[in-house]
Amino acid sequence: MTDLLYSEEEEALRAAVRDLLTDHCPPAGVLARTESDAPHGRALWKSLAEDMGLAGLLVPEEQGGQGASHREAAVVLEELGRAVAPVPYLTSAVVATEALLACGDGELLSRLASGRTIGALAVGLHTGPATGVETVRLENGTLHGELTGIADAAVADVLLVPADDGGLYAVAADAVTVLPRISLDLTRPLATVRLAGAPGRRVGDTEPAVRRALRAAAGLLASEQLGVADWALAETVRYLKERKQFNRPVGGFQALKHRLARLWLEVVHLRAAARAAADALSTGQDTDVTVAVAQAYAAPVAVRATEEALQLHGGIGMTWEHPVHLYLKRAKADSIAYGTAGAHREALSALVDLQAP
Amino acid sequence: MTDARELRGRTREFLAQHPPASTDRLDFLRARFDAGLAWVHYPEGLGGLGAPRSLQGVVDAELAAAGAPDNDPRRIGIGLGMAAPTILAYGTEEQKRRFLRPLWTGEEVWCQLFSEPGAGSDLAALGTRAVREGDTWVVNGQKVWTSSAHLARWAILIARTDPDVPKHQGITYFVCDMTDPGVEVRPLRQITGEAEFNEVFLTGVRIPDSRRLGAVGDGWRVAQTTLNNERVAIGGMAQPREGGMIGPVAKTWRERPELRTHDLHQRLLTLWVEAEVARFTGERLRQQLAAGQPGPEGAGMKLAFARLNQEISGLEVELRGEEGLLYDDWTLRRPEHVDFTGRDAGYRYLRSKGNSIEGGTSEVLLNIVAERVLGLPAEPRTDKDVAWKDLAR
Repeated sequence: MTDLLYSEEEEALRAAVRDLLTDHCPPAGVLARTESDAPHGRALWKSLAEDMGLAGLLVPEEQGGQGASHREAAVVLEELGRAVAPVPYLTSAVVATEALLACGDGELLSRLASGRTIGALAVGLHTGPATGVETVRLENGTLHGELTGIADAAVADVLLVPADDGGLYAVAADAVTVLPRISLDLTRPLATVRLAGAPGRRVGDTEPAVRRALRAAAGLLASEQLGVADWALAETVRYLKERKQFNRPVGGFQALKHRLARLWLEVVHLRAAARAAADALSTGQDTDVTVAVAQAYAAPVAVRATEEALQLHGGIGMTWEHPVHLYLKRAKADSIAYGTAGAHREALSALVDLQAP
Repeated sequence: MTDARELRGRTREFLAQHPPASTDRLDFLRARFDAGLAWVHYPEGLGGLGAPRSLQGVVDAELAAAGAPDNDPRRIGIGLGMAAPTILAYGTEEQKRRFLRPLWTGEEVWCQLFSEPGAGSDLAALGTRAVREGDTWVVNGQKVWTSSAHLARWAILIARTDPDVPKHQGITYFVCDMTDPGVEVRPLRQITGEAEFNEVFLTGVRIPDSRRLGAVGDGWRVAQTTLNNERVAIGGMAQPREGGMIGPVAKTWRERPELRTHDLHQRLLTLWVEAEVARFTGERLRQQLAAGQPGPEGAGMKLAFARLNQEISGLEVELRGEEGLLYDDWTLRRPEHVDFTGRDAGYRYLRSKGNSIEGGTSEVLLNIVAERVLGLPAEPRTDKDVAWKDLAR
C-alpha cells in the first residue's frame, strides 16, 4: 500500500525550507513585490534552487540533480504554498523538468537542475493532462505564433514550445516577446508569448512530454494547495482565539467552531490525498487515478479554506494589507491550473469505469 | 516476553497441544485464554502475557492459519472493546478473575447501560438513581439505545449516587447482572423496521457493593476509560478501493446504464472521489498508529464516514428510480450485530442516518475537534458548579 507518511528526511527538508521562507519570504515582502515590476522573488529562488539544490530534486544525479522523488518535491511545494512564495518552482523544477525528463534532454535538464536556468513549458496554465495543447507554426526552421496563459514566462530563460509538427522546441527567452498579463494570482503571473521567426531546438515529441509534465503538475499541485489550505486554517484559528467580540473570543462561538472543525477535517483529508498522489507519482503505481482523485479533491478544499479565512477575519480579511487575499487568489487560480476539479472527475469517469449516461 | 519470534513459537506449541480440528470450540478458547494468547497485552493470568499490544497480530495470524475458532468479536464487541479495558483499569483482582475469561471467550455477552432518554450527548446529566442500603445498591431508572441487552449476561452501568453535587461528581460505575429481578429489556424498533437496540428499565434492581467499579462518586472518570476505548475501536482495518458504501452504488451504476442521468453522474463522481480520499485518510491514520505516531486525525474519521455514508446511500436510492420507491422488508427483526452495507439501498439510507448520532453526535464531535485539536475556547458551561438536583431537566 501507498506510503502516506512523511519520512524523517522529508521532515528535515520541510524544516529547512520553512526556515528559509520564514526569514526571506514574509507576507509583507510578497505583497510589496507584487506591487513592483518584478513580482518574482529572484533572491529567494537563488537560495532555494541554487544554494539548497531544490530545483534538481526530480533530476537523476548523473544529470546534475538530487535524484530525489516526487515525495520530496511535494514537501517543498507544501511549504511554498504555505508561504504563497512567488518562485517558479512548480513551473520550472516540476513542469519543465518533467517534460525534459520525458524527452531525455540531458544538457538542458542539468541546467534547470542547477537552478541557474529557469524553464517554462509554453502551455496554458489552465491545461489539464487530458486536454489538447495549442501549438505554434514551424516554418522554414523557425517558430511563428502566439501562446497564451503561460505561467512564470516573465522569469523563464528557456521556453519549451509545442509546434505543429508534433515536436517540442527549446526556445531562448530573448528570442521571443513575453507580454505580461494582469493576472488573478499576483504571485504566479501569466504572460502571452509571441514568436516571430524564433529559432528553436527540437528536444522531443510534445505529446508524451506534455502529458507527463501536466500529470506531475496536477498531482503535486495538490501539495501546494495543501500548504495554502493549511496556512488559511492555522491563521484563522490563531486570529479567532485573539479576536474578541461580544466580550468573548470569537473562536468560542459554536457556529464558527463547527466551520473550523469541518475545515480541519477537509485539510486532514487533503493531506492524505496529496501524499497519495506524490507517492503514486514516485512509484508509478496507479498514478492516473490517484492524481485525478487528489486534484478533484484539492482545489475545492483550498478555495473553501481561503474563502472561509477571509470571511472569518471579518473586515480585515477584505483589506489589501492583510495577506489572506494573496492566498485566496492563489487558491482560486490553482483551482483552474492543470485542469479543474471537474476535468479531473471527467477523466476519472473513464479511468474507473463510471461512464456518463 | 516481548519477542515476536518467541511468541510465534509459543503459539505453535499451543496449537500442537490443542489441535483446532479435534478440540471443542469452547475448550479451545478457554485454553487460549489461560495460555495468555487471548490479548497478549493483558497481564499474565488474565488472558495475556504483558507483551506489547502490537504483537497480538503475530498470534492472530498463526491461529488463523491453523483454522482456530474465533471468539466472534462482533457479538461480544461491547465486552471486548469497552467493558474489558474498564474492568482491567478499575476492577478488583476478584472482579478481573470473575469477569474477563467468560467475557473474552464469548460465554458471557456484555452490554452498556449508559445513555438515557434524558441524557444523550449530555451523558453526565443521567438520572438513573442508585441508593445505598448497607452492602447493596438499589437502582431505579431507564436506559436506552442498549445494543445486545437481550443477549447480555452482564452490563456496565453508570448511575447517580449523589444528586447534591455537580453532575459529573455524583456518578458511580457498576456491573449489573442482567438476569436480576427488576431488569426489564424491551426491543426498541428503529426507522429501518428492525430492533438492533433495546430500552432497559431498572426497577428496584439490587446490586451488591462488590460489583462497583472504582470509587463511589468516581464513575464519570471510570466511564471515560470506557468511552475512550470505544473511540479507539473505530477504523482499524485497511480497505480496498470501493470497499465501503460506494461499492454497491458504483456496481449498480456499471450494471444498469438505463438508470444513469447527468446529474447523478456528477454527484456519483464527486462522492467516489470523497470516498477514495476518506480511504486514504483512514489508511494514513493506520500507518501513523503503526509507526507509533498517533495523530488527532482519528477524531474526525467518524464525522467523515457519517456524512459520506448518508450522501452515498441517499444517491443510491435516487439512482434506483422506481425501485427506490420500494423497500426490502419491514418485518421486525433482532439482528445480533449491525450490518451497515447489507440489505437494500433503502435500508442503507435509513440506517446510515444513525451514523451521525450513535457513538457521539456529529455536532458534539465537531466541538471536540474544535476544542481539543484546534484549541478553540470551550462552550460556556452553565451547569458546571450546579448540583445535579438543581439542573433544569
